[in-house]
Amino acid sequence: MATVCFYFQVHQPFRLRQYGIFDGTGGYFDDDRNAEVCRKVAAKCYLPANRTMLELIRRFDGRFRISYSITGVVLEQFERYCPEVLESFQELARTGCVEFLAETYYHSLAILHSRQEFVDQIEMHRGRIRDLFGQDPTVFRNTELVYSNDVAHLIAQMGFRGVLCEGLDRVLAGRSPAFCYEPPKCPGLSVLLKNYRLSDDIAFRFGNRDWKEWPLDAGKFAAWVNATNGHGHLVNLFLDYETIGEHQWADTGIFDFLRALPDAVFAGRQNDFATVSQVIGRYPPVGEYDVPHLSSWADTERDLSAWMGNAMQTAALEELYRLEEAAKACGGPQVLYDWRRLQTSDHFYYMCTKWFADGDVHKYFNPYESPYDAYVNFMNVLGDLASRVGQ
Amino acid sequence: MQVLMFGWEFPPFISGGLGTACYGLTKAMTRLGADVVFVLPQPVDTSHSSHVTLLTPEGTVPARKLHDASARIRILATDPRSAYARPQDPAQRRQARPGDLGSAGLHGSANRPGSVVKSHYGGDLFDEVDRYTRMACRLIEGYSFDVIHAHDWMTYQAGMAASAMTGAPLIVHVHSTEFDRGGELVNQRIYDIERRGMHYAAHIIAVSSLTKSMIVSRYGIEPAKVTVVYNAIDTDDRPEVEPPPRIRTHEKTVLFLGRITMQKGPEFFVAAAKKVLQQMDNVRFVMAGSGDLAPKVVEMAAREGIGRKLIFTGFLRGGDVERVFRIADLFVMPSVSEPFGLVPLEALSYGVPVIISKQSGVSEVLTNVLKVDFWDVDEMAKQIMAVLRSPSLHARLSDQGRAELSRLKWENSARQCLELYERMRNRPIGGGVCQELEANN
Repeated sequence: MATVCFYFQVHQPFRLRQYGIFDGTGGYFDDDRNAEVCRKVAAKCYLPANRTMLELIRRFDGRFRISYSITGVVLEQFERYCPEVLESFQELARTGCVEFLAETYYHSLAILHSRQEFVDQIEMHRGRIRDLFGQDPTVFRNTELVYSNDVAHLIAQMGFRGVLCEGLDRVLAGRSPAFCYEPPKCPGLSVLLKNYRLSDDIAFRFGNRDWKEWPLDAGKFAAWVNATNGHGHLVNLFLDYETIGEHQWADTGIFDFLRALPDAVFAGRQNDFATVSQVIGRYPPVGEYDVPHLSSWADTERDLSAWMGNAMQTAALEELYRLEEAAKACGGPQVLYDWRRLQTSDHFYYMCTKWFADGDVHKYFNPYESPYDAYVNFMNVLGDLASRVGQ
Repeated sequence: MQVLMFGWEFPPFISGGLGTACYGLTKAMTRLGADVVFVLPQPVDTSHSSHVTLLTPEGTVPARKLHDASARIRILATDPRSAYARPQDPAQRRQARPGDLGSAGLHGSANRPGSVVKSHYGGDLFDEVDRYTRMACRLIEGYSFDVIHAHDWMTYQAGMAASAMTGAPLIVHVHSTEFDRGGELVNQRIYDIERRGMHYAAHIIAVSSLTKSMIVSRYGIEPAKVTVVYNAIDTDDRPEVEPPPRIRTHEKTVLFLGRITMQKGPEFFVAAAKKVLQQMDNVRFVMAGSGDLAPKVVEMAAREGIGRKLIFTGFLRGGDVERVFRIADLFVMPSVSEPFGLVPLEALSYGVPVIISKQSGVSEVLTNVLKVDFWDVDEMAKQIMAVLRSPSLHARLSDQGRAELSRLKWENSARQCLELYERMRNRPIGGGVCQELEANN
C-alpha cells in the first residue's frame, strides 16, 4: 500500500510600488497590482482548484484528503480583494478532510535573523488559522521549506508534532523519502520529506512537451505511486497551489489529471490519501534526519542562495532586521505592520541574480525588470521606514 | 547670418549635456540676430522651446510656424516614419531612439541588448547616423547658408555632406570625444568619423582646453584650428517647482547626478561615500541617473554595507531634477573624463556647493569650488566631510560659486561663435562628399 499526502502552499506577497526619494511617508505597497494579481490567480487557480478539491472530497466520501498552508499575507489579500476565495477554503475546512499547517504569518525568513520574530509570526499565523478555519495546526512548514536541526528543535519546543522538509539526497544518502524521520535529539517530532521527483513531475514538468513522459496521465502517475511499495509507505507531494491552473494552465489538462487521480490511486491495492498529521499518527519515524545546515526546496541547490546569495540580498535582510527593535519599540502598529510585510521572502527573491535555468521560475509575477531595480526600490522603502522609526 | 546646425539632441529629448548646450547656445544666438536652422534625428515637442520653428521632413515644404512668429530657429527633423514610410510599433520606435531616456529604469538606454556601439547612445546607432545623413542632404535642398555647425560625431557626416552641397564652411563642435566616452577602448569607426570631420572642418570648437588638447594630441589637429568656447547656463528662464514634500533635516544629502557610466566615475563616489560614512552617520548619498554601470555600482554599495545610506533614483526628468537639487547639500562630480560638465553649473544655480574632478573642463572656469583627482577618494571624502561639517565653508562655496555663474552666460558663448562664423564665412570648401555618400547607399 501507499499513502499519498498532498500539501499545497498558498501564497501571494504584498508587492511594493515604485518608491522614490520624493514619495511621501508610508504607502509602500502597490494595492492595484496586488489586487489585480490576486484576482487573476483566483480566477485561474484558487477558485477552480478549490471547486475541484471539494468535488473530489465529496465524490470519495472523505477518502480524498489534502493539506494546505496558507500564508497570513495571502489571507489578508483574499479578505480585501476576493473574499469568495476565503469562503471556498472555509467550505473545504468544513468537510473535515482538509488540514491546515502553520507557518510564519508573513512568509518570512525571520528564522535567519530573529528567533523572537520567528516565534511571534508563527503564533500570529496559528491564531489566524484557528479563527478562520477552526483548526489548531500541529504541523509546521517554514517559508520555502527552510529547514535545519535548529529549526526542528525550536518547532518542537512550540508544541508541534511534525515539520516539513525537502527530501534532500545529500541527507537521505540512499534512504527513501517515503518514510517519516526524526531530527537528532528531538523525540516526538516527525519530519515529512517532500518527494521532489514526483512533486516536480506535476509542478514543473506536467505541461512540458519536451519531457519524455509527456503527456502525463493519472494512470501513469498512479503506477509511479504504486512503485513506492516495497521501499516505503509515503508519497509526499508538496506543491505550490498556483501550479494548478496558473503555472500549469488549464489547457495542459492539469484539472482533468487531478480529477482522475484519486480513482487511479485507489485502484492500487490499499492505497489511500492522508493529511500531514494523519501521516504522522500512522507512520512512526524510522530513522534520524540530520540537517546541520540550512536547506530549502528551491532551485537545484536546495539552499538559501535564491534569497541571500548575493550582497544586495544580505544587505537588504540585515538592514531590515536591524530595524526590528526600533519598529517594535516606537513605530506604532502601522510601522510594525509595514516592517513585517517587508519581511516576505519574495522581496529578496526578486533580487536574485542567478539567471539561467532557475531564472524562469524567479520571473514569475516579478514586478521588476532586474534584481538591481528590486534592490534599489526595496532599499528606498526601507530608508523611509527607518526615518519613521527615527533611525 | 544664416546658420545651419546639425544636432542629435534637443530638449526635451536629451540624455545628457549635449541637448541642453544646443538649446542654450541657439537661443542666445537668435537673440544676437542669427537665423538658425536646426536638424534633428527625430521630431520634437516644441512646446518646450517656443523660440523655434519646426520643419518636418515632408517638407522640403514650407516651415510650419509655432508659438512665436518672430522665431529665428527652425528645426528640421529627419523623422524615420516619413523616411521609410513603414509601419512600426510605436513603443519599439520610441525605444530605439538614441538619447531618449524616457524609461526611468536604472539601465536606461545605455544597457539595451543588441547595442553595437558601447557609447552612451544605444541601438544601431550607425544606421541611425547614416539615415540622418541621407535625410539631412534631402532636407536642406533649396536653402542657402553662411555657415554649417555640427555638434559631435553623429552629425559630422551630415555636416560634411551639407558643406559639400552648399559650399558653406563647416565648423564642428566637440562636446566629447570617443576617448572621453570609452577611455582607451575606443570604437575605431567612431574615431574615424570624428577624425575625418575634424580634418574636413574649416574650424573646430572645443568645450574646454582639456578637450582642445585632446583634439590636438589624439586627432592630429593644428592648435590654431581649435577655439575653446565654454558652455554656460541660463538661470533666468527657470520655471518654479514645488519644493519636495519632505526634507530630512537631521540628515545631509550628497548628490551624484549623471549617467552611471565609466566616464562619470560613479564607483569613486561610492568609495568616497563609504569613507565618509565611517566618520559621519547623518549623511545620505543620492545617485541620480542610469547607465550600463548601474548594476555594478548598486552591488558595490550593497557589498560595502552602505546600501541604506545610498539611494538610487534612476533617471530623473524635468521637475524631479530641480527637486533633487533643492534637497542636496552638496554635489559631487567625480568624472574620470569630462570635456566640460554642465551639471555643476546647474547645481550652483540652486546654491548647492560642488566638488568636481580635476579631470573636467568645467574646472577651468570655476574657482569657488573644491577640486579633486577623481581617483583620490580619500581626499574626496575629506572634502565632503569638510563641507558638511562647516556651515561657513558651505555658505561660502554656495554664495561665491553662484556668483561665478554671472560670467558664464550663453550669450558670451554665442557671441564667440558668431565672431568665428564671420571669420569663416565665404571660405571655399572642397566638395564631393554628398555624392560619395549617395553612391555608397
